[in-house]
Parts: sequence; C-alpha cells; structure tokens
Amino acid sequence: MATEVLMPALSPTMTEGKIARWLKSEGEKVRAGDVLAEIETDKATMEVEAVDEGVLARIVIAEGTDHVAVNTPIAVIAANGEDPVPAPGPNGREPAAAAAAPQARAPQPSAAPTPPAAAHAAPAAEPEYTGATRTITVREALRDAIAEEMRRDETVFLLGEEVGEYQGAYKVSQGLLEEFGARRVIDTPITEQGFAGLGVGAGFAGLRPIVEFMTFNFAMQAIDQIVNSASKTRYMSGGQMGCPIVFRGPNGIAARVAAQHSQCYASWYAHCPGLKVVAPYTGADHKGLLKSAIRDPNPVVFLEHELVYGESFAVPDDPDFVVPIGKARIARPGTQVTVTAFSRMVKLALQAAEELEKAGISAEIIDLRSLRPFDIETVIASVKKTNRIVAVEEGWPFAGIGAEIAAMVMEQCFDWLDAPLKRVAGKDVPLPYAANLEHLAVPQVEDIVAAAREVAYR
Amino acid sequence: MLPPARPIGELWRCDRDLIKSRLQTRRFATILPARFLAVVSGEHPEGIEMAAAHKAQSAAKPGGVAELDASPPELLGFFRDMLLIRRFEERAGQMYGMGLIGGFCHLYIGQEAVVVGMQAALKEGDTIITSYRDHGHMLACGMDPKGVMAELTGRRTGYSHGKGGSMHMFSREKNFFGGHGIVGAQVPIGTGLGFAHRYRDNGLISVTYLGDGAINQGQVYESFNMAALWKLPVVYVIENNRYGMGTSIDRASARTDLFHRGMAHGIPGEQVDGMNVLAVHEAGLAAAEHARSGQGPLILEMMTYRYRGHSMSDPAKYRTRDEVDRMRTEHDPIDHARRLLSEGGTGEASLKAIDAEVRARVAEAAQFAQDSPEPDPAELWTDVLVDA
Repeated sequence: MATEVLMPALSPTMTEGKIARWLKSEGEKVRAGDVLAEIETDKATMEVEAVDEGVLARIVIAEGTDHVAVNTPIAVIAANGEDPVPAPGPNGREPAAAAAAPQARAPQPSAAPTPPAAAHAAPAAEPEYTGATRTITVREALRDAIAEEMRRDETVFLLGEEVGEYQGAYKVSQGLLEEFGARRVIDTPITEQGFAGLGVGAGFAGLRPIVEFMTFNFAMQAIDQIVNSASKTRYMSGGQMGCPIVFRGPNGIAARVAAQHSQCYASWYAHCPGLKVVAPYTGADHKGLLKSAIRDPNPVVFLEHELVYGESFAVPDDPDFVVPIGKARIARPGTQVTVTAFSRMVKLALQAAEELEKAGISAEIIDLRSLRPFDIETVIASVKKTNRIVAVEEGWPFAGIGAEIAAMVMEQCFDWLDAPLKRVAGKDVPLPYAANLEHLAVPQVEDIVAAAREVAYR
Repeated sequence: MLPPARPIGELWRCDRDLIKSRLQTRRFATILPARFLAVVSGEHPEGIEMAAAHKAQSAAKPGGVAELDASPPELLGFFRDMLLIRRFEERAGQMYGMGLIGGFCHLYIGQEAVVVGMQAALKEGDTIITSYRDHGHMLACGMDPKGVMAELTGRRTGYSHGKGGSMHMFSREKNFFGGHGIVGAQVPIGTGLGFAHRYRDNGLISVTYLGDGAINQGQVYESFNMAALWKLPVVYVIENNRYGMGTSIDRASARTDLFHRGMAHGIPGEQVDGMNVLAVHEAGLAAAEHARSGQGPLILEMMTYRYRGHSMSDPAKYRTRDEVDRMRTEHDPIDHARRLLSEGGTGEASLKAIDAEVRARVAEAAQFAQDSPEPDPAELWTDVLVDA
C-alpha cells in the first residue's frame, strides 16, 4: 500500500515551512529510518525520515518550495513491488496550501472542574490530650519526635550537616547518633543540593528521610530538588511514585545575623502544590506535627525557629501523640478581633492579646500551624464571629501569607468584615544587622496591638 | 616527558585489558596515568572525534577492540531492542510532526546501544534513572511501548495518565525512576537510590544516566563526593553525544574527556564505545560488578551520538550535515549489530522477521496512543498529594 509522507510540524506553533532539499530521488529505494528530506523554518531545521520500507514513488512538493502547510502530502512511498502511484496533475505538484489536514487535537474543555471537596476540608482537630506531659524545650520536643519515629520505623533516618557527631548545629539531634548509629544519623558534607536530592531519591525508593537544613537559608541551594523533584513527581508519575520526606530546620530571623541568614520561606514553599508546609509554635505542636510529617507519605517542609528552640512547654509524653497536618489551633479565644500568626509570631500575638485585653479589646489568636494545606475554615469561622482580622507574619508582606489570607477572606466572607484586613509583616527590606534597625524591621508586639486597634477602630 | 598521544580507541583497548585484570583482583585504578597525561597535555589528536567508534566497527576482526565475541547469543536480542527504540522514536518524531505529540520531545535515535547494552548488564531490582531524553531507557527497561507512546500523546492510558509527557514517565514495576526535566537534577536522586540500596543492603545498584551537558552541573560533583564517601552502589553513565543542546562539548567543557570527572573523588572511570552494543554490555557488566561488590561508584563515559536535533525544534546549524551523515553511515549501532549477526550466520529472513515484528509493535503502540481517550478532566486534581 502506498503511504503519503506529510509535511511535519517542528513545533506546536508551526503552520508552514520550506522543503530545503530532497535527499532521495523518485524511484529510489528507501529503508525505514532513511532521511528523505530536510525541511526548514526561520528557526529550525528537521529531517523527514521514512517510516516504512519501499520506493519513493513520487515527490509531490519540489525542493526549494516555501510556505508548505503542515500536514500537506509531500511525497508518496510505495511498498516494495508495488506500482508507483501516478502523478495526479500535469506538473506532478499540488498547491502547497491545499491539503492542510485538520490537527488531531481534541477540543479543550472550556473550564477546569472544581477541585474535589476533600481538597478543601481541614482534618478534624486532634482530640484533647489528657495523658502525661513533661516540660521540655522545643529543641527536646523535636529530638523526641525524631527518636520516637526512628524507633517505630526502621526506614526513617536523619541526614544533614552536623546532625551526628556535633549533635546538631542547634542541638536538635542530641543523642541520636548514640542511639541509632551512623547508618541512620548521617553527617553530610556541606552540599545542600546534593543531599536534598539524595534524600529525594531515597524517598522515591521507599525510605523516609528527614533532611535537616542547618537553616532554611541554605535550603535555597536545594530548592530545585524540593520543588521540582520532591513535590511534583507524584503528579507527573500519575500517582506511581511519591516522596515521603521531611525537609526541616530553622526558618525566619535569628538574632543579629543579617540579611543572608534571616528570612522567612513560609510563603515560598506554601505556594507549591505537592508540598505540605507546617510552622508550629508550641512544644506539643512541634512534637506532634513532626511525627505526623515523618509518617506522611508526601513531602513536608517543616519550618522551625531558632528563637523558639529554647522555649519550654508541657509536651505530651505518649509516643502515639500526633497532631494532624492542616488544622489550625485557637491559641486564645476572643470575640472582637481575629489575629492569625504562625511560628514565633504566635508568641508575640499572645502578648499583644494581653495588651489588648487591658484596653478592653478581646482578641482571638489563631495559631495557623499548617500553611499548606491551609485551614481557612477555622479562620473564616473566627472572622464571622469577630468581623475583624489582622494577619501577622515575620516574612515580607508582598505575596506573603497575609496577602493570601486577605484574598481568601475577601473571597469567602467579605460580607462579614467590618474593616479591611490589616497585615503585620516584616519590613520590605533585606534584614539589617544594626540592633536598632533589626528591631524596626521585624514585627513587634506593639505593631500587632496597633493593627488590632486600627481594625477595631479603637 | 609526556608519552606520545594515542587515539582514544587504542587507549581504551589498553584500559579494557587493565580493567579486566583489575576486576579479577576486584580493584579498579582510579585513573590510568598514560591516558590522563595525554588528556591534560592536550595532545589528543582525535580528541572526542569518536576514535573509539571507529575502532568499534572492527570489533569482529581479529585483534579488534576488546576481543569481544563477535556474535554472542544475546546479540539478536540487543538488535531487536535497539531496533524497537529506533522505530519507536522515528514514529514519535512523525507523530510530533502531525501534531499528535506536543511540547518537548527529545529523541534517542543514534544512542540505542547505550541503554540496550547497559540494561542487559543489570539484575532484577536494579534501579534506573535518567534525564529527559528518556524514551529509549523506558523501552530498554521493558516498559510497554503502548503506555510510553500514549503518554507522549497525553492520553489517560499513558504511564503517567497523560500528566507527565515525554520527559516524565516512571515505572515502579520496572524500577524506572524517571524521566527528569532539570539538567543534572536526576544525579543526586540516582545517588539517593543507590543510598537506599546501601541502607537496605539489598545487593542492588543504581544506574544513573546523565549527558555531557549535565556533567558541568555542580550537583553532579556533590553527588560524586557523597557516593564515593559512602561507597554507594551507583554506576554513573555519561552519555556523551557531543552536544549539550546546540553547544559542542569542546565549547562547554574545559576538558572534553569525561570519564575522569570523578577522579577528584577517587571514582574510577572508563570510556566506552557507545555505538557498539557489545562493548557497552561488557563495560556494563564490569561496572555493575564493581558497584555491586561494595567498592563504590564508577563512571562509564559512553561515546555516542544523536542523529536528531536536541528536541524537535532544532536549528541544526551547530554541526555539519557531513558529520551527521558520517556517524549515521559509518557508526550506526544497529547497522553494526546487523552486520555482526549476518557475519555470524543469522539469515536475512530472521532479521526481516525481527524488523516486521518491531514495526508491528510500534504501529500498534502508535494506534493505541491515538485511539486512547484523553485524561478525564477530574484527573486534573488527582495525585497531587496522597492521604496520610
């Protein structure tokens, strides 16, 4: 059977091109894979290969012809032993524009379907814990979470700079090397992109790596592996391959370490589908959320805070205690203004609430805990009660978490608002070193108090 | 005083003998001084000029490269697998031209011997990872051409349900870990697969493919360092097809021999004629054995060539037609295998039958890929996260 060779497209946008030259002549035998012709556009050149064996029966479009429409028949190949097909016209050529075959594309759906309800619903809050607690620091709570999960699951291991012999740059991994050995508590070279990617590969293979970044500032070296490799592979593989990995370490400001070591990455990672992002404040939440993160089959970015590591809380002692990812917590109930915060800013918000109470304003403090998935239901329920909201974060305001909350509140409960949402955020500058400037750049309790009074018109 | 420079093919033959003897004593040299000196001295008359490939064509002759068995029983299977990739890719190119395949589409035509020879050197359970020129790897792994082609056309029956495309396909079943679109990013991940084998002490290895373009990415050296430091069972296969997109290797790399790029980390390397499937297979067996035996990673630099552009839209101005034609006519890996088979007594009828069988499989895959429905719109929202 004779087959037509069609003018190919070099790109999805190409509509026509030029037959630069024929490399086979009429009557010549061709084998599959032989180059028949070379075609050109203003940008690119491509070879047309024979797909079947046979004889080049006819060249329909002559060498040098320009403006040949995509999908126009340019040649005919006859199977071996078959009579060459006679030429249709007097000159053996068809007009170039005549035969642009319709593209084999299905019509595009006019609108994307809405996401399934499950994608929105926040999990139920953890049941109230009534068991034994111990008062320990956040750093110890994190250590306990890692140790408990490593005892529970042999595939869990800790990887990062100075996590082993040094006992952790911030002493989070104290004692782990002694208990679990160098096979599972692994000191890496200073090579963030490399060990983050190595962790991703180990995750693909079914292990559960905890990748510690000494601080999230250094994770910028590895952000391609976190976003492109860890977060997207489940989707790109049609669900076949996932990455149960935790990327954790201190995020946000420290004290007087200047711009390159002081930055909040919450909104960076929260932007990305395929990641979960948590930023707890209390000791119980650090422990319970880290345990959930380690057990989670998805990649989780776990944002800690250097200035919170040393704070002490009553922390559940039970190894089965976990906190679900995706659920906010009412840190302090109130009635007149909602204040959202996460990580260290929860502490400042709680202090601000004390101040506001003295001024006769009842503030409800929401500790967001999870930034993706985001528990908007809890925020909306609060706003419907208080009709006012202040969103606090340590990071920059532009395209920040506060900006996202403002958008969601507008979309979902605009009519309940008695005042525009007010953001309290870090100043829109790289963090300065000088003590006075640093103080000015970072949100303070008085900033939160002032914002709450502003939205309360008091 | 430096020794006189010799063509790569000859040097390579020397190395092979050395590696064979080293294998017997289970110890690789990190590098061969003579070759290394020849490289650093710049006295490399043929440079990356495919001298190895020239030599490879004489493999069947007495005294030829590596004295390989000219027509071992597995050669017929290699021929079939290479032909399948070739015909599949040609069809993919054609379907791209018809608008059935969109986006980026990087064809593997010319490089078939590399994946086919390597795959035959592996054990069940060994893991494979590569970058975006990945169709050949998937077919070599035994993934179904129908599922691969249907992914290229973006249909629900594709390996990724139409959500990955040409550059992003995976198969848990075949231990193929992608399919990665960021140049070099698969190298730490492949190193992590090796880490997982080591962690589990399961006797398996990771084969991590990268191109001559990726070799200049920093994360490759981060990976080499960790793999050597922790003696991870990884074989890094550099597919040196001489061009990173449109930039030839000598315009991108200060030194154009790539097998020694692990030298600073003590990783042994070997240059292999990547247009000769038997040479690849033998090098693969030795490398796999090395990695599997706990001696750490190893680098194989496969000297190969892609006949087609970097992707479908390629200006083809960065190399001469003569160069491409020369490679195609003088060094084609499939022609080479066909010739060895003929000389070894395989009849024309058997070769034709394989040809017909392969063509039918590809035609079936192409039809399947066109007939399959597009993904259900609800698929848009699936596989982002899984329930905890």
